[in-house]
Amino acid sequence: MKGSLKLALRMLARDWRAGELRILGAALVVAVASITSVGFFADRVGQALVRDAHQLLGADLVLASDRPWKADVSEEITGRGLLRAEGVSFISMALAGEGEAARSQLAGVKAVSDSYPLRGRLRVAAAQGQPDAPAQGAPRPGGVWLEERMVSALGTPVGSRLRLGEATLRVDAILTLEPERNASFFNVAPRLLMNISDLPATGLVQEGSRIRYYLYAAGEPPALKALEAWAKPRLERGQRIEDLETGRPEVRATLDRAQRFLSLTALLAAVLAGVAIALATRRFVERHLDGCAVLRCLGATQARLFAMHAGEFVTLGLGACLIGCAIGYGAQQVIALALEDLMRTALPAPGLLPALQGLLVGLVLLLGFALPPLIRLRNVPAVRVIRREAGDAEGAARAAYVFGMLLLAALLVWQAGDLRLGLYVVGGFGAAIACFALVSWLALRAVASAPAARLFGHLPGLRGSAFRYGLANLKRHARGNAVQVASLALGLTAVLLLGFTRNDLVEAWRRSAPPDAPNRFLIGVQPDQVASVNDFFRERGLGPPALDPMVRGRVVSVNGRPTGESDYQEERAKRLIEREFNLSYMDAMPAHNELSAGAWYAPGAREVSVEEGIARTLGWKLGDELGFTVGGERFSARISSLRRLRWDSMRVNFFVVAPAALLRNFPASFISAFRVEPGAEAALNALPQRFPNVTLVDIAAAVRQAQAVVDQLVAAVQFVFLFALGAGLLVLYSALIATEDERRREAAVMRVYGASRAQIQGAQRVEFLAMGAIAGTLAAFGAALIGQLVASRVFELDLPPNPWVLVAGPLAGLALLTLNAWLSARKVLRSAPLAALREA
Amino acid sequence: MAGRVQLRTLGLGKRVPSGADELVILSDIDLEVQRGEVLAIVGASGSGKSTLLALLAGLDTPTSGRVEIEGQDLFALDEDARALLRGRSVGFVFQSFQLLPALNALENVMLPLELAGRADAEQAAREVLVRVGLGERLWHYPRHLSGGEQQRVALARAFVVRPKILFADEPTGSLDAASGRDVIELLFELNREYGATLVLVTHDEGLAARCSRTIRLTAGRIQP
Ligand SMILES: Nc1ncnc2c1ncn2[C@@H]1O[C@H](COP(=O)(O)OP(=O)(O)OP(=O)(O)O)[C@@H](O)[C@H]1O
Ligand SMILES: [Mg+2]
Repeated sequence: MKGSLKLALRMLARDWRAGELRILGAALVVAVASITSVGFFADRVGQALVRDAHQLLGADLVLASDRPWKADVSEEITGRGLLRAEGVSFISMALAGEGEAARSQLAGVKAVSDSYPLRGRLRVAAAQGQPDAPAQGAPRPGGVWLEERMVSALGTPVGSRLRLGEATLRVDAILTLEPERNASFFNVAPRLLMNISDLPATGLVQEGSRIRYYLYAAGEPPALKALEAWAKPRLERGQRIEDLETGRPEVRATLDRAQRFLSLTALLAAVLAGVAIALATRRFVERHLDGCAVLRCLGATQARLFAMHAGEFVTLGLGACLIGCAIGYGAQQVIALALEDLMRTALPAPGLLPALQGLLVGLVLLLGFALPPLIRLRNVPAVRVIRREAGDAEGAARAAYVFGMLLLAALLVWQAGDLRLGLYVVGGFGAAIACFALVSWLALRAVASAPAARLFGHLPGLRGSAFRYGLANLKRHARGNAVQVASLALGLTAVLLLGFTRNDLVEAWRRSAPPDAPNRFLIGVQPDQVASVNDFFRERGLGPPALDPMVRGRVVSVNGRPTGESDYQEERAKRLIEREFNLSYMDAMPAHNELSAGAWYAPGAREVSVEEGIARTLGWKLGDELGFTVGGERFSARISSLRRLRWDSMRVNFFVVAPAALLRNFPASFISAFRVEPGAEAALNALPQRFPNVTLVDIAAAVRQAQAVVDQLVAAVQFVFLFALGAGLLVLYSALIATEDERRREAAVMRVYGASRAQIQGAQRVEFLAMGAIAGTLAAFGAALIGQLVASRVFELDLPPNPWVLVAGPLAGLALLTLNAWLSARKVLRSAPLAALREA
Repeated sequence: MAGRVQLRTLGLGKRVPSGADELVILSDIDLEVQRGEVLAIVGASGSGKSTLLALLAGLDTPTSGRVEIEGQDLFALDEDARALLRGRSVGFVFQSFQLLPALNALENVMLPLELAGRADAEQAAREVLVRVGLGERLWHYPRHLSGGEQQRVALARAFVVRPKILFADEPTGSLDAASGRDVIELLFELNREYGATLVLVTHDEGLAARCSRTIRLTAGRIQP
């Protein structure tokens, strides 16, 4: 064995020097580089995303309670080396002006300590209508920051004073963005932000008032984890820990999507690299079959041959993987630097896992895709030295490819950290390769068939004999060409996917938080006000605001069995089942919802439709009978459908909806999400006066922020696509040179027998054009189909079909192979036939 | 003097299935080759010369009969054991040279020694290459050598392991007359120096006449 390794190293050096391994090595380096850079970068972006998302919470961890926190909890936070901030929130009336001019407005008061927020920044403007900017910390003692509509309602511009309880406070700024806020716009009055040190002076914090107390913590993940573990068992009733998952479903959705985009790209790069490696190894093996037969004549056993080549490849693989990792790290560093400005903050340092994953993926790719052909080398019969056609048994190799695919699939699923995504990609590629190979074989035969030949014979530039010879070649090489065309189609598919579908996907993603998304919420409209609110909008030339009824209720039994907190382990499930939530009634499903199971109920049925996420969390299934209490009354209804919601759509969404007949008689209030175009806001100014009990919430800033997050992610993701594109191009290149040897040998023989350059060139052109057209067409349809699947299944986005892909595919295929025909003709024809023969 | 018999075949035959029936390529080959003998195998194209050579060297398996090298039944061994035997005591020269294109002349000659784990591979290979007159071309790749030079490298590779028996299948078949003559002279000289038994397939009657014995194959049988 030791001798074999030494010999393996020597053979590696020799093959390398002779240029036999360069393509394979390059394929590996590019593969590992792209995988690791994507991995490193995704890791850093992922970390940054989590961190940025925490900015939306205002901290890494939020402890919320309906009673003041005991000192030990707040000391625990600082004791663990974490940053701490405090907050208190409640609803109270704010007053301004005297006598006739006196005005009042219900305010969502939040009093915070100086260190708030620990993550992210609030944004404020110096006066109404002025551009906003990030704020320095929180309001100073004695000052308040008001939301704009509060300023309008109270008539208190910056610099004026207002009264809150027994305290008089100065308006210091207009609050334009409070990240933490959007989570619960349903039941908040406009925000009044003040310093916590002014709180005692107001005299509002008394026993019995509905007040929530918050403790914010931020710092290193281990310390946070430890704090969470410490606090959990100590939580009392009415106290809970908030994190991203529970606080912000719509942010979570965006993050998940970004993560999937990145994973998908990395997977794409990996699979493409696998194909490139398979092609390169196949070529290597083809060029080494004779040599191995000679080695066997010279006394090498099968085990020896295998050990030698395996040693050669593993060493190559390790080297290439290390280089790939280094390049990947460097590239990632450059991207991160370039994007730092865009990301607005420095990215966290990458972890080591991507390097390990890159190494593993590289080795698995090499072994999975190089091992099978190497088995061919091992099995080559010695008699091949005398009879060349002997021993081209690819059968065993094919079986081994299955092993390679499985190994890669397992690894990719692991790398994606997402079973469904991994299976989609691996399964999709497997199916695509099989399908491409079959269709190209059939298509090649069809093109070479007699009727087709007559048809094409009329085209200019396809001269008689060369043309016939080209067609004959197509038929003769049908199998090899089919493999080549399928590989080309695969590479082209990747390029098309990345060139077209990516843009479409990104656009669809942008649209998912669309610029015409609702930017105002209208909350608390009473049933008898619905008509007059609609009139109010109509009078001012605004569209009616589509008011949805909202009934507060609770689920108390499932299939007749009482249900409650104790049935669930998960925090979120406990909270969901415990609290009252909003039900709605409607007879038609809202356009922005999507049925994921079952059928929409009939207007008179005792049935409900449930959001699929909450059903999963609470373990409800289609057909379960849910018992509700609403306003003291009980009723039950069967789950007849599950819906998928777009949490990032900024629309009103309900976990449970029922037919109108079922809920109409319960007390309800109405809610709406609608859009006011910029400049038309003034029309709404009179709304608070006309309907004092109705709350109008401006979510424009929140929408803007969601959009900014998406834009930022899109930019990061776009770049990552370049690597996958590189891998795709590599596949194309390997596919193009796959048959180069054979063609060169043939061309040399033809020239020896007197074929002119023009004839050879013509024949090759015919062959290449047919292959290019087939590969391009296959790729076009492949990319279109895969794009649709990925969009709908993985990203839950609507992707309008892009007709340009269908044009670009065949054109790209033709262009590529025309270029290749030209280059390869130059190579083959420039040298004298003897030299060409000798090299072949 | 059974000890002097280096190579013996008994009722050696090779058939291959061909469509519904069988194609007989070789049948009833009984042959003895003495140590140091130079045997020529001649015959028309397609008469089975290459097939016989492959069987004698254990590169292919017969459908009947046996081959013994120094009393060892070749086909009682498995393919790997035959490979080891080849590595120890058999050398080859082919019509199409069969040099490894990725290796230069020196490395091609070193290869069998490396496979045998010899530490002095490079020194030994150099000496033989100098002996065949290629001392100046050690680092040239096969594609930069003429046919005659390539075949001389192949000769060096065959003799460098000091084989007990050397098989050559039309070693001049791909060469012009002049370089063919040179290669044959060299082959005979080396064979004398290294004292190997030589089994040579050729079309060339003149060359056959220079060998100590000639057998003639016709349609897969030895012509009496
Ligand atoms: N595996 C096989 N399957 C079918 N036919 C075979 C096989 N091996 C050899 N043959 C046939 O057996 C015959 C003898 O072949 P062989 O190569 O031994 O001839 P040869 O005497 O060396 O001819 P040449 O002088 O042209 O090299 C040929 O007709 C050949 O086609
Ligand atoms: Mg022959």
